[in-house]
Amino acid sequence: MDRNQQRVVITGIGLAAPNADNLQVFRAKLLAGISEIKEIDLRYFGPAPAGICTFDETRYRKKKDNKRGTRAGCIGVYCAHEALADASLDIDYYDRSRIGVYVGLTEHGTVETENEIFNISQYNYDVKYWTHHHNPRTVLNNPAGEITMSLGITGPHYAIGAACAAGNASLIQGVQMLRLGEVDMALAGGISESTGSFGIFASFKAQGALAEADDPRLACKPFDLERNGIVVSEGGCIYVLERLEKALERGAKIYGEIVGYCINSDARDFVLPYDKRQAECMQQAMDRAGLRPCDIDIINTHATGTKQGDIEECKAIRQLFADAPSTYINNTKSNIGHAMGAAGVLELAGNLPAFEDNMVHPTINVSNLDPECALPNLVINQPLQLPSVSTILNNSFGMVGINSVIIVKKIEK
Amino acid sequence: MTRDDIKDLILEIIKDIDEDADFETLQADQPLRDQLDLDSMDFLDIVMELRKRHKLQIPEGDYPQLASLSSCVNYLEPLLKNV
Repeated sequence: MDRNQQRVVITGIGLAAPNADNLQVFRAKLLAGISEIKEIDLRYFGPAPAGICTFDETRYRKKKDNKRGTRAGCIGVYCAHEALADASLDIDYYDRSRIGVYVGLTEHGTVETENEIFNISQYNYDVKYWTHHHNPRTVLNNPAGEITMSLGITGPHYAIGAACAAGNASLIQGVQMLRLGEVDMALAGGISESTGSFGIFASFKAQGALAEADDPRLACKPFDLERNGIVVSEGGCIYVLERLEKALERGAKIYGEIVGYCINSDARDFVLPYDKRQAECMQQAMDRAGLRPCDIDIINTHATGTKQGDIEECKAIRQLFADAPSTYINNTKSNIGHAMGAAGVLELAGNLPAFEDNMVHPTINVSNLDPECALPNLVINQPLQLPSVSTILNNSFGMVGINSVIIVKKIEK
Repeated sequence: MTRDDIKDLILEIIKDIDEDADFETLQADQPLRDQLDLDSMDFLDIVMELRKRHKLQIPEGDYPQLASLSSCVNYLEPLLKNV
């Protein structure tokens, strides 16, 4: 394979975020610092701030299919079709058996199982009333499989389970499969339906890691001294990945090239993050990309708004970027909450238009910056105009000690 | 339940499964699957709804009896006569 066939680029993005159903609106709201986190009332749990997506659920498939499938499948089908439309790509441009669908998930099946337990509780827990839809809904490949059914894709589809690093991990999978020649086009990204699960909320609450605030829009405040935890969000983001050669051949719009990536493991704790391994992960991604810290223009932080998580990541960034005065740092969760398996890909998508507008969207909700998070070039509360942006580094970390980093570079025209 | 009641019940259940279902040209003696967007999972949904609404336990061997609207009515009439 020649070098251009080894180079993989992003040519389409479809998304459902808690404040937008397409990239243009998403970008505008991130730059304007508009959060649409709201309070939900969750069965068994009660009120909590959460990110809920509003999009045209029947634009690409019937209500019947949404009813039969899962919320994750519904989000995934919308995002996948939107990504292809954004890429101006007819599904038949590629052989359908040579298209791969890789979907990152933090968890899947929790929502459906909780719903079914509630359902049979109405029938005195008689399991005869347990739905036959449970298994096809809860298999881990469900969201990716629903995408293939909707688009008639006969190539490989599967889920990448990598906790909250799953979105990045699925993009990496897509890049690797294209480089290996296993597929000719990949739909890769991440999806979360976690806002439907009381277990997710209750567990974060029990851990002391669930955000609380009178105004839900102010609940997620990474780097602020008053931060008190995570805002759980649903969402999805699917990318069209193609080899550079093919993208150029068909005159595709190119968002950027995935030039570096890394996934590593802390190998030490179920929930606590570890700055040393995070720094190693960023360093290795830069090494693979042949870049130095001073070559990175924007770092999208993973920071979720927990005390220790934010500090660990800031320590990791300080270790590597102390001598990188032109590297600016932001956070997207402050705006949309933590979209779990979709977090990494949604946050990267929100930053990619910086290659065109040279703006860094701000971390919002910072009124009292934690000195331990006071990185020199942290962009807070107001967007920042830079002379140019050509490289973005995207952090995404997860439980049981998984770290992932992706670096995207602008393709110079 | 009368035969008409049973017919309405089946159509109501199908409408719950697929609210886009069009009964305008539905022929009672022809298989539902040939005329509507229904598959095997949908038939299991019909069986489940009958269980939930009327505590009917339909053995798997009897599922073919639910193939058409007429056969549904014929099969369910004795089972729902006291409802």
